[in-house]
Amino acid sequence: MREFRYEKATDPAGAVALLADAPEGAYLGGGTNLVDLMRLGVATPDVLVDVRRLTSDQVEELPDGGLRIGAAVPNADLAADLRVRQRYPLLAQALLAGASGQLRNRATTGGNLLQRTRCTYFTDTTQPCNKRAPGSGCGAVTGLHRNHAVLGATDEGPDSPHTCVATHPSDLAVALRALDAEVRVLGRDGERTVAMADLHRLPGEDPARDTTLAHGELITAIDVPGLPWAVRSRYRKVRDRASYAFALISVAAAMDLDGSTVRDVRIALGGVAHAPWRATVAEDALRGGPATEEAFTAAAEAELAAAHPLPDNAFKVPMATSTLVRTLLQISAEARA
Amino acid sequence: MDHQITLQVDGERSALTVDTRTSLLDALRERLGTTSAKKGCDHGQCGACTVLLDGRRVNSCLVLAVTAEDQEVTTSDGLAADGPHALHEAFVDHDAYQCGYCTPGQITSAAGVLAEAAQGWPSAVTEDLTAERTELTDAEIRERMSGNLCRCAAYANIVPAVADVAAAQGVRA
Repeated sequence: MREFRYEKATDPAGAVALLADAPEGAYLGGGTNLVDLMRLGVATPDVLVDVRRLTSDQVEELPDGGLRIGAAVPNADLAADLRVRQRYPLLAQALLAGASGQLRNRATTGGNLLQRTRCTYFTDTTQPCNKRAPGSGCGAVTGLHRNHAVLGATDEGPDSPHTCVATHPSDLAVALRALDAEVRVLGRDGERTVAMADLHRLPGEDPARDTTLAHGELITAIDVPGLPWAVRSRYRKVRDRASYAFALISVAAAMDLDGSTVRDVRIALGGVAHAPWRATVAEDALRGGPATEEAFTAAAEAELAAAHPLPDNAFKVPMATSTLVRTLLQISAEARA
Repeated sequence: MDHQITLQVDGERSALTVDTRTSLLDALRERLGTTSAKKGCDHGQCGACTVLLDGRRVNSCLVLAVTAEDQEVTTSDGLAADGPHALHEAFVDHDAYQCGYCTPGQITSAAGVLAEAAQGWPSAVTEDLTAERTELTDAEIRERMSGNLCRCAAYANIVPAVADVAAAQGVRA
């Protein structure tokens, strides 16, 4: 592990100032991903600015019935918050489906969104990876890619500096994407708000960048807007083990039913892309239509029509379709009960 | 780079100078001689290094020692300060280990599970998310303990050991 200086600031602005002067520095939240990446030699900061106790660790009410989540709120505390469990079941379920009890106690809300892909070529410094070592190529696209992206990836072959088929690992981010959450960010020029839609990016021609945040920008809070019908929502995760594994496919969905008609719907998919994937094609197909298995299936298939699976992850396409259908059926069954 | 810290481990305060790269686990084992928490994977995947930090279970291999200042660290040894903890007794009664290497992490993690259940925290297998009381069924114990691996596969005995203590503490019928 590279040697680093450990710094604590007295307030968020102080932390931002410290990192502005450290081009190779990084913020330290819970450290559950960063410390491991440093040990692996994947992350090599020369300064760590500890922000774990710097931003709010409280969940506060917003005027619209939504919640403001301090960036330092541990994942475990957020999942246990009764308001989250009552108003946004998909959010609590996404958090509880992630990691282990020990990790959820330590990991922060802000840090969860900024965790890096678990692609094994990214975490192995002896392998080519455009995300870790820009220009080195992609080992996954012709190698082990069973758990990789089927939507929105860049595949120009293993030697291209653009190729990246990594997936974003966060469950929480998928739920927040479905809920149209907004991320509050502090930088040198003050505070700005970034929609979840704009936080994570597809690899495009620059797979090294996971997010649109600039170096030194600090997440201070996440605003989840009020959405009364999110009480009927679900996060469904399919993985290789029953517990403590990353998603092969996950679905975050909320549905507002008027009798047997879909009044409104929110859907985001995990495990399919470099960013949480908002299923706008499926949403548009469903809105105003019947809440039937046939309609759910047609919408899911329309969303996945854009998929470009690799030889060993083609199973993800029917898995995403069926998981989405099952999730919507479950929500509609609960609504009728 | 060196950094001066004070750690509170199992009720004892120790001042020491550590390289900033030192994990809490290595500070415990290599600097303070407290070998209760074990190093398994050193990546936060196996749970052998689990300790309680201000009463909450965490993987000590992923905690930098410099960040643990002013927090109370409790290992499985520390839980036995006044004689064996109920979990220690239950693990012995149920033969909930074979080689024993993962056991201190299993014990501290189980202590965390019991505390979380007492606060009504749900899990991924909890049917009613809005229930204010947690019932530690076998399925709940398996889910909540999934961050602790046992290569000897003593799981079949770990679940009833934790269940016994859960029942005694009123978080299991």
